[in-house]
Order: sequence, then structure tokens, then C-alpha cells
Amino acid sequence: MDDEQVIDIRGLVKSFGTVRALDGLDLSVGRGEVHGFLGPNGAGKSTTIRVLLGLLRKDGGEVRLFGGDPWARAAELHRRLAYVPGDVNLWPTLTGGEVIDLLGRLRGGIDEARRAELLDAFELDPTKKGRAYSKGNRQKVALVAALASDVELLILDEPTSGLDPLMESVFRRYVDEFRDRGHAVLLSSHILAEVEQLCDAVSIIRAGRVVEAGTLADLRHLTRTSVSAELERPVDGLAQLRGVHDLEVEGHRVRFQVDTADLDPALSVLVRGGVRTLTSQPPTLEELFLRHYGDQVQGPAES
Amino acid sequence: MTGWAAFLRLFLRRDRWMVLWWGLGTMLLYVSQAVSVDDLYTTQAEFDRAAASMAGNTAFIAMAGPARALNTTGGQVFWQASAFGAIVAGLMSMFLVGRHTRAEEESGRDELLRATAVGRLAPTTAALAAAALANVVLGVLVAGSLVLYGLAVPDSVATGVGLTCCGWFFTAVALMAMQLVTSTRAAYGITGVVLAVAYALRAVGDVGNGVASWLSPIGWYQAMHPFSGLRWWPVLLLLAGSIAVVALARVLFERRDYGSGVFAARPGPARAPASLTRPLGLAWRLHRAPLVSWTAGMFALGAVYGSMGNDVRDLIGDSETSQEMFLQGTGDIVQGFYATAMIMLAVIVCGFAISSALRPRAEEDDGRLEVVLATAEPRSRWLAGHLTMTVVGTGTALLAAGLGLGLGYSLVTGTTDELWNLSVPLLQYAPAVLVLSAVARLLYGVAPRAMVAAWLPLVLVSVVMLFGELLSIPQWVQDLSPFEHLALVPVESVDWTAVLGVSLVAAALSVAGQVAFRRRDVH
Repeated sequence: MDDEQVIDIRGLVKSFGTVRALDGLDLSVGRGEVHGFLGPNGAGKSTTIRVLLGLLRKDGGEVRLFGGDPWARAAELHRRLAYVPGDVNLWPTLTGGEVIDLLGRLRGGIDEARRAELLDAFELDPTKKGRAYSKGNRQKVALVAALASDVELLILDEPTSGLDPLMESVFRRYVDEFRDRGHAVLLSSHILAEVEQLCDAVSIIRAGRVVEAGTLADLRHLTRTSVSAELERPVDGLAQLRGVHDLEVEGHRVRFQVDTADLDPALSVLVRGGVRTLTSQPPTLEELFLRHYGDQVQGPAES
Repeated sequence: MTGWAAFLRLFLRRDRWMVLWWGLGTMLLYVSQAVSVDDLYTTQAEFDRAAASMAGNTAFIAMAGPARALNTTGGQVFWQASAFGAIVAGLMSMFLVGRHTRAEEESGRDELLRATAVGRLAPTTAALAAAALANVVLGVLVAGSLVLYGLAVPDSVATGVGLTCCGWFFTAVALMAMQLVTSTRAAYGITGVVLAVAYALRAVGDVGNGVASWLSPIGWYQAMHPFSGLRWWPVLLLLAGSIAVVALARVLFERRDYGSGVFAARPGPARAPASLTRPLGLAWRLHRAPLVSWTAGMFALGAVYGSMGNDVRDLIGDSETSQEMFLQGTGDIVQGFYATAMIMLAVIVCGFAISSALRPRAEEDDGRLEVVLATAEPRSRWLAGHLTMTVVGTGTALLAAGLGLGLGYSLVTGTTDELWNLSVPLLQYAPAVLVLSAVARLLYGVAPRAMVAAWLPLVLVSVVMLFGELLSIPQWVQDLSPFEHLALVPVESVDWTAVLGVSLVAAALSVAGQVAFRRRDVH
């Protein structure tokens, strides 16, 4: 297997009783990459992360973390990573500061300067007891502990579900910085805007297997751009073009969607009609997401 | 208070089984005294002699209450049960009030209900009403059972009414405590201290000139003197006290914000002390409170048994059954009594050992384990930390019980001859206690969902210890209890082969649990 891959999963299978939670899942994350891990509730994101952390034992397939087996060498490999669960539970009688130091020590060391800087940036009071923190603040405790550790991989399971927009942007800044140091991030998320802003590559998972994977640029290519324009005179020929869908013409106004690969010929036709106004919406991840999960109702956040 | 009735219905529905069990337990506490007294003494002369001896024992009076009419069944029942009954009612009230007020507020569940069309006071009023009703259930069960047993009706009723009112007082105290602090646990702590002070004040008063007893609600209850010249007016003290404390709680409620207490939560340290980040640091922090309180409690209990000194000869009486219970096959009744006391103390320590072995399950259930295991902490070391605390805690609790026993005995008899014999040999039971915690550990490794079953061996051990001979339980069942294989100290000397054998069983079970845990999925 490729040593450059921080995470390399091939054909991972994990069953709970008769339920096949993971059914041949593939996932790879390289150095210097922020990898988005998208999927609806119960698709198997948290299960994958738990197998990767050596908490669950795989039933089949290959899992490599830093080139090693995460089940057999869990503690050793964990020195090189930090994990933030989606639902952070703290010890009710320990303060946030104590938890940060404790987790730092258990990981093998903490960067004092970064610890102070992060507490400041996230506006976290480290003297409060675990039971007194709100969900967002508990998440901040885990994030500070993770980001202050000297590690090469961050595994984040919906890390911003309790953060306010201001703190989300602080979070993004630190994740960017972490990546720029050449480290890797696996980011499981429901927040598509966050994934679009942060991630270099994305894997979309459904029912225990990855249904779409690649860089954001690759994936955008698979989606459609929506175009609406006001023209000087009506044009013909749009309907016959390859890749044009849902065309609506109302006098001088046209609206349609076009496969991103076929954008250029469609625009040429519009130019012939004399473009007065033009709005085009680039393909969003949301669209991609909905194309795979269009038949599913989004439930509340996964635990 | 709009909508409080709806809350009350919800609370009663949530509480009905819990209240029933508390009520049945309290009822048994009272009735069993009547049954055992009537069983133990076959002639009135014997009863009179035992009563005189009890009435002259300061330790007993400090433990139970003023000695009145101890040569009657009713007098014995009230003396033996009333102080503990009041504490049971106090604890029940505290848990009921806590779970419907502060615990709900702390979890945020309560916000959901408060946002509906209900008054601000509705949940608190309903919690008060629910706890008050639960105490009525306790009182009715106690009074009813004593009447049915055939004791004097007015005195039996007074015993129940006094208990109910005593429970109301502690309900009020708990309600006030819930307003003071933000965490349910801290509020339980305050109520617990009030209970302990109430118990201690009456002990001081009962032993001394009686003044301090009038400062304690438990003292008021006992001042009713059922079965020994009943008087009703002390009930008024309990009622007036309850109303006053509820009024105070109401004032405090108005002065605090929702979700906070009168006293703000104190900030803790911003940095972890070295004691937390050391290996075993976290395990120590998590086990510290129960370990320390069990050790202190076992010391006190040991001291109570020890301070009975040589009086046990008189207390036990001449009847054959009671002698059989304590002789344990030896000639000396005092030695036999202390052999029973030591094995009982050791079996009680099993409560600590098992609950401490259940702690890893709580860590896993609450999702804190995955955070720890995602660091460089290996599974085996994490579990070994908890194991260490169980072993250390079992050792200190046993040693504390032994020291209490030895010191209590030495103080009362004025000789230190038995100090060693009554204290350190208690440690020989450590392997047997650890077998029970090792069963829990094995369950944790193999079937974490079935961990409640970890309490079953303690039931078996207790039944064998208490009733093994009396009920002629088959020998092979008795042999299942690790305690049966160890020597009966101080009557017999320590059997090191048996200690080693039982230790090996404990170690084998524990290692099997560790190995199984390393192989299973963590959720």
C-alpha cells in the first residue's frame, strides 16, 4: 500500500448482528489534504471512523492508518492523530482546562503556546466544570485539545454542529493552517458550505459504501449549472443542445440547467440572442448531494 | 402554579415503582424488628435482661435513640427502626425532589416542559407534592403493617404519622438545597449533610442531657414516644419546621435565575494538576469520592460493632436460635459474634467493589471512553487503571472496617489485647470480595449489556452467609460463595492455602475479563 496515504481503506465491511453497516467501503486520504466525508444519517460515517480508531473490529476488507493496522496498533498510531467526536461528553467534575491537559498528556504532549492561543481564539473559559458547559463549549474543549496537540491527522466527526458562525470561521482558519503544515484531516460533516470551503476532496457515502469520490473540481464537473438570462430577441436551438435540461422560455427570458461540461456551446447560443442580463449559479455540493439522496428526508444530526 | 397538576400526574407516573420499593423497604425495616424481637426472646425474663443491658449501652443509644420501654415489642420496634426509618424517608424525599427539579433543570429537559403553558412554580410545586405523597405512602405502609402485626393502634399510627412528617421536613430541606446550588449532586450533598447533622444531634442529645435532640427533626419524631407514653404535640414541630423551610425555599426560588443557583458554580482550575495527568490520575479522580466515603463509612460501621464490646454476651440472650446464629461452632460467644461481624463487614465491602467495577461501563455508555481510547492510551491500561482503584479501594475499606472494629472494642473494654486480632485479619477477605468484582469485570468484557447481573453473586453470598445453616442450603450452593472457603477469623486462624486459592480465582476471572475487553467492539 502507498505510504503517502494517511488513511487507506479498501472494501471495508462491518456488520452489527444482521445489519451490514459498512458494505465494501473505500476511502483514502493523503498528506496535506482535507477530506470531506459526507452522507446522510446512518450511512456509516461514524462507524467508519470508529473502525479507523480501532474502537470497532472490522469484519472484512483492508484498513491502513499511517500504513499500520488500527486495531492491532491502536495506541501507538493514536499518538499521531487527534479525534473530536460529534457529541462531546466531558467528565462532570473536571474543568475544561483539566480535560485539555489530560487529553494532551494521553496523546503524548501538548503545545503550550498553541493551547493558550486556541483558548483565546475560541473564547473558551477553561475553569468551568464539565457539567456547566453548553454543547458548543464542550465541542470547543475537544477542538482545543485536538488542535493544540502535535499530530499529523485530525479526525473530526461533525465538529461544528454546536458552534456559532463566528467560531466556525475560527475553526476553519485553524483547519486551513493545519493542512498548510502538510497534515491531513478527515472531516465528517453535514454542513455542505463548510465542506465546500474547507475540503480538497470529498467522499460521499450511502448505505455503507462510497457512491462518489474525488476532488471538488472533479465532482463539480458531474453537476449542472443553472443559467437564467434576459435577451434582446428570442433564440432557437437551445432545446436541441446536448446537456441542456429543464428549459423554460417566456418571451425574452430563458432559464435552463446545463451540464457543466456543455456550458460553452449553450452560452454561445445565448450570445446570438444579445444578452442583457445573465445570472449563472455554479454547481453546489448540495446539488450533488441531493442527486444521491434526493429520495431521502434529512433527519436530525447524527450522533 | 398553573398546570402543576399535570406535572404531578407525570411525576407520579414516573415514580410509582420507585416509591413502592422505598415504601416496602421501610415497612420491612419496622415490621422485621417486631418479628425478630418476638422470635429472639422466648421468656419475658430473658427479654427484660436483654432490655436492661441495651438500655445501659451508650453506643446503642447513640446509634438508635433514647431507650424507652425496651422490654416491649413496640418499644423495641420504635427504638430500633425510627432513626433509620427517618433517614430512609429523608433519602427518598431527597432523590424524588432532586430528580424532578434540579436534575431536570441541569439536563435541559425541563425547558421543553416549562415552555408550555404552565406557571413558573408548577414543576417545583408538583415535585413538592409528589415527594409529600410518597412520604404519606411510607407512613401508611408502616402504620398499617404495625397495626396488622397486632401492636397498639394509636402508637402504630403515630409511628407512621411521625415518619411521614419527618419525611416532609427533609423534602423541604432538599427543595431548599436544590435552589442553592447548580448541580444535583451538590444539592444531594447538602441534604445529606443536613441528614447526618440531624442524626448526630439527636445522638449527642440522647446520650447527654437531651437538649441537642430538640434541635433535630429526627429527635422530634422520637420525642413522640410511641409505645412508651405517646404524645402528639412534637408532630407540630415537624409540620412547622417543614412549612418554614418550604417558605424559605420559595424565597430562594424567586431570587435565583432559571438554571443557576443562589450560589454560583465555583470555577475550577484552568490547568490540570500533575496528579491528574499522571498514569492512574484519571482513574483516581473518578473513583476518589466513592473510595473515600466507603472507607469512612466502613470505619464507622466497624466502630459501631467494635463498641459493643463484651456486652454482646448479654445482648444475644439465652435462646438457642440466637446463640446458634452467633456461635459459629465455637465455645466463645464474643469471638463468635466478631467472626460474624467481620464476615458481614467484608460482604458489605462487596458493594463498593462491584459498583467500582461497574464504573467502566458508565464511562463507555456516556461516550467518554471513545475520547480516551482515541488517544495513545491502550485499552488494557485504561481498564487496568480502574481495576487498580477497585483493588486499592477494597483493601482500604476492609482495613478501615477492621481498624474501626479493633479500636471500638479497645475503647469500650479498655484493653488493646484484641486490637490486632479484630482488625488486620479482616484483610484476608479481600480475595473473596475481589472475586465478586472480577465477575463484574468478566461481564464487562464479555457481555457489557448484562452488567446488572454483576449484583447477583452478592445476593447469593448474602443469602448463604445469613441463612446458609438455618435454611440448610445444599453444600454445593454454599461452596459457590468464595467467603465459605476462607477461615472464620478471629475464631480460626487464617488459612493461607484458601486465601491463595480464592485469589487465583479472582485473578483468573479478572484477566479473562481484560482479555475479552481487548477483543470486543467499543461503543
